[in-house]
Amino acid sequence: MSKDMMPHFELYQPDSVETALDLLGRFGEDGWAMAGGHDTLDWFKDRAKYAANVVDLGGIESLRGIRAVGDGIEIGAMTTLTEIANSDAVQSRFSVLSSAAGRVASPQIRNVGTLGGNLNQDARCWYYRYGVDCYRAGGNTCYADTPEGQNREHCLWGADRCVAVSPSDVAPAMVVLDARMVIRSADGEREVAAEDYFIGPEIDIERMTAVEPGELLTAVRIPGDWANARFYFEKVADRNTWDFPLVNIASAMVVENGAISRIRMAAGAVQCTPRRLSVVEEVVTGSPPDEETAALAGQAAVRGATPLNFNHFKIPLLENLVKRAIRDA
Amino acid sequence: MAYSLIGKNFTPPDIRAKVTGQAKYSEDIRAEGMVFCRLLTSPIPHGRIVNIDTSAAEAMEGVLGILRASEVPNPPEPATPMLTDAPKFIGQPILAVAAVDETTAHNAIEQIRIEFEDLPFTVDPLQSLYPGGPDARPDGNMVAPGVELRRVKWTARDFAAVEAGQLPMGEATLEWSYGDVDEGFANAAVVLDETFVTQGLSHHSLEPRTAMAYWENGKCILHGSSQSQSFPHPGIAEYVGIPPEDLVFVAEYCGGGFGSKGNAYPFMAIPAHMSRKIGRPVMMRVSRHEEHFIGSARPGFQGRIRMGFAADGRFTAADLYLVQENGPTTGWSDYRAAADAISLVYSVPAMRFRGIPINTNTPPRGPQRGPGQNQIAMAVEPLLDKAAAELGVDQFQIRRINATTSDTRYGANQNTVTSAFLGEALDIGHEQFDWETRLARSGQRNGSKVRGVGIGQAFHSAGSSGFDGLVRITPDGILHIHTGVGNLGTYSHTGTALVAGEVLKYNWDNCVVERGDSRKHLPWNFGQFGSNTTYTHSRTNYVAAMDALVKLKEIAATDLGGVPDDYDIGEETVFATADPSRSMTYAQAAQRAVELGGRFSGQEYPEDLNDMTKRSVEALAGTGLIGVSKDNLGRSGTVAGLAAGFMEIELDLETGKWEIIDYLGVADCGTVMHPQGLSTQVRGGAVMGIGMAATERHIYDPQNGLPATSSLYQIKPPSYLDLPSEMQWAAVGEPDPENPMGMKGVGEPVQGCAAAALLCAISNALGGHYFNRTPIVPDMVVNAAAGRSQSHGPLQVNTA
Repeated sequence: MSKDMMPHFELYQPDSVETALDLLGRFGEDGWAMAGGHDTLDWFKDRAKYAANVVDLGGIESLRGIRAVGDGIEIGAMTTLTEIANSDAVQSRFSVLSSAAGRVASPQIRNVGTLGGNLNQDARCWYYRYGVDCYRAGGNTCYADTPEGQNREHCLWGADRCVAVSPSDVAPAMVVLDARMVIRSADGEREVAAEDYFIGPEIDIERMTAVEPGELLTAVRIPGDWANARFYFEKVADRNTWDFPLVNIASAMVVENGAISRIRMAAGAVQCTPRRLSVVEEVVTGSPPDEETAALAGQAAVRGATPLNFNHFKIPLLENLVKRAIRDA
Repeated sequence: MAYSLIGKNFTPPDIRAKVTGQAKYSEDIRAEGMVFCRLLTSPIPHGRIVNIDTSAAEAMEGVLGILRASEVPNPPEPATPMLTDAPKFIGQPILAVAAVDETTAHNAIEQIRIEFEDLPFTVDPLQSLYPGGPDARPDGNMVAPGVELRRVKWTARDFAAVEAGQLPMGEATLEWSYGDVDEGFANAAVVLDETFVTQGLSHHSLEPRTAMAYWENGKCILHGSSQSQSFPHPGIAEYVGIPPEDLVFVAEYCGGGFGSKGNAYPFMAIPAHMSRKIGRPVMMRVSRHEEHFIGSARPGFQGRIRMGFAADGRFTAADLYLVQENGPTTGWSDYRAAADAISLVYSVPAMRFRGIPINTNTPPRGPQRGPGQNQIAMAVEPLLDKAAAELGVDQFQIRRINATTSDTRYGANQNTVTSAFLGEALDIGHEQFDWETRLARSGQRNGSKVRGVGIGQAFHSAGSSGFDGLVRITPDGILHIHTGVGNLGTYSHTGTALVAGEVLKYNWDNCVVERGDSRKHLPWNFGQFGSNTTYTHSRTNYVAAMDALVKLKEIAATDLGGVPDDYDIGEETVFATADPSRSMTYAQAAQRAVELGGRFSGQEYPEDLNDMTKRSVEALAGTGLIGVSKDNLGRSGTVAGLAAGFMEIELDLETGKWEIIDYLGVADCGTVMHPQGLSTQVRGGAVMGIGMAATERHIYDPQNGLPATSSLYQIKPPSYLDLPSEMQWAAVGEPDPENPMGMKGVGEPVQGCAAAALLCAISNALGGHYFNRTPIVPDMVVNAAAGRSQSHGPLQVNTA
């Protein structure tokens, strides 16, 4: 239960990634990397999670900005969602990402919220956020996956003790663009494909990304492979702003001679990670992006979905969004 | 009638402070030596403390005191207590800790060890009514204002209807009827029998109910968040444990209340008790989450209604049963009001009502904008469309033929109304909204989107009488209108003050509204709730100004000769009608009033005034010409505030999302007092109605009683992007015959009519699919459009 009263913490404001990593290494479990602060400070106010030492990444200039790299672009992890939504470089070649970034939360949150923060945000299951002792919080039960659990926002696939979903709007766009996530540590830099970056409870129930302790997501590199494809992004939420997705969909499609020659599609908020819709991709490749193909795609997308008591609407909703991604892109 | 002030827009005197941020709400107040207190609130839905250890907290540096339930004058059970050792809802205040700062106070709270005995709990009234079902209170499960607490269980046989998805209807604790209900149904061409659920809703006023208090020379100075100024004063004094004259109550600004801050509430007194205990001014900032729990909620209904209609759409009979979810304490009487509303709005010729309020372990219930009337508008208005479709009548016609009039009689006692022009409101909407054109294009497809139209209607009793008015002309000629009306946000504190200026033919620049602080010597006024301020306090300001007018003429006659009737007023001067050169300015008359003393300047006053007004007049005596009077104008019936809303939407069948194409709200509020204020009420009410109908949530897990919706982002009031950028408004403008200026209120029905219009439009767009449930959220539309069943059962409440 929220306490609405933040405890005191020490604030560190490094101006380089090296210093930030050094601080985080020094503090270990007592350290916390903070980007825009929306998720961090919520946890702190709720007194559900806490670290005595907060490393604010906001002063590290090298983590900001959108740069051309090879035939693609690189976006610093501390670039704000507003900057991404308004960026010419993103809008002109990778509009699925600017659309997704522009649908996150609210304008005020996007002005402060960062790419890294959005991709690394924690699960939004309301039980978990309430501070109960569930599996994800280190306990040994799930409150949502029960006969009367209020699980309207929860998953259709991938339940493994936890039924929370990936709440990010940007993450499915990154999967679709085959982005590479740049992770730095004291030992150097590594790149992880977006599809592998997000992890489900079967890998680690207490975190949602491949970032290990002592590591930082510093940038996202988007290759040119899908530049100027036929993009589609749509988010359905209860409200048109300041809300998390009930389901979102991102896709990149290349149509040649009237038929879909290449396609990548991913959905958010249906499982703990962005769900790459590989079956849809396979089903529609080679077909024209028409109503019939769209209908097949929708049917393919929801195969194997296992709804909970209050979320079976996500099946027709996902089916419809997949249809739209083919039909209306 | 042509007025010089009434019906004109004005600049509210506090608007500049509000838009520049200079306005001081309770949270902005500081006092020398002020410290903070925080609440320890219940983590469990129902239980009692068996052991508590506060020693570690008390030993912490910076902790100044702990206030327990035993130290405060809690109201008698089953009213909501200030503090308790026997919590009945999660978030209920158990104790308060004062410290040098809030972090220390909360750190201390985390050091307090409490052992609870858990008691059975429930978040569903029907569960409590079932044999052996859990009760929300140890001493019963059924209570409401005016209804004594007791335990009620139905028989398992009563519950047989649940199998068919219908509301079971066991013993009711309130029942009335009028007319021949059986004959009404027998003569009906169409009879509907429908079970429905309307969700409860948190008030979540934007300003949480923060309060700050300190003591000075035996008086308690309390800055609180309140819709009302004078009306809650005695009740707050009682919570503080002092006589009203020892309380200084400041409520100059209020960041929204919606009914939850209309009357005295216990939590406001906590910092006053803490301040007395530790000898320091104490600020209790209430957080957003705490506001969800202690800030009150609208009761929900599980209901069933049978409605009979003649072939032309006219109501023949109605039979309503309501189970009201009433929180863990006394709650509110929405169910009564809902039944009256049906009877009144549709002029139902014969009706039976049965109802029962049942406790649950959810936040305490209180009146929320249109309490009862607006829930029932949401339940019944879509069903009117269902009946209309069966009868082959259009949605407008079924409403027009049943629309209430000034001659209507309603409810158990067949009460009368002062005026009702709902039919006229519908006619205005029909024309201005171009209903026929829009109706013709309903059902039109645009890809996955389909057009829908809806009309909604709502009512609230919108006026009272018998309160006091107090005005004062000072020797500088300024008219001071003392008002005990609160600052709910409607500016009716000033709107109703226009009446005094109008009566005395004042230039508005020479008028000052005195309000917001009991030290300004305010009259006994009604609470700013129930859509009543415009009606009630146009009357009090009228009678006070008329008293001043009489005194002006008497002073003129005394000094200038003749009798008072020889005199008239104008240009802030009182003059002889036959010879306008025989005149004196208001300033001169006020100076003479001071010299004459007695009733002219408040040394004497009418005996029928309320004690609060008497004290104010005594304090102001000798400072000018005092106009003071109780409103004895009389009133013969209920003041019917009515509204009709017209909406056109586009509904996306693939996503369940709607877009409002257009909205028009039409108010039957008599003479328009303040057009800008009315426009804001009609459109702002619509925003709140849209949220009530289709975005806001109130969810509790029935297994553990945990709240899923305590943050604003979880509660989901509509955002700008969910609303049309423009909404239209209109007013009937027919004066109410029992108000001197023809005014009546309308702040509440303008919410209900919009909510109902949206629900009707959604069902219309779905080709006549009726959910019998609010809110209608996207998952329900997606399921309906896909032909899937809904996740919730037909009687489930507080559910996703």
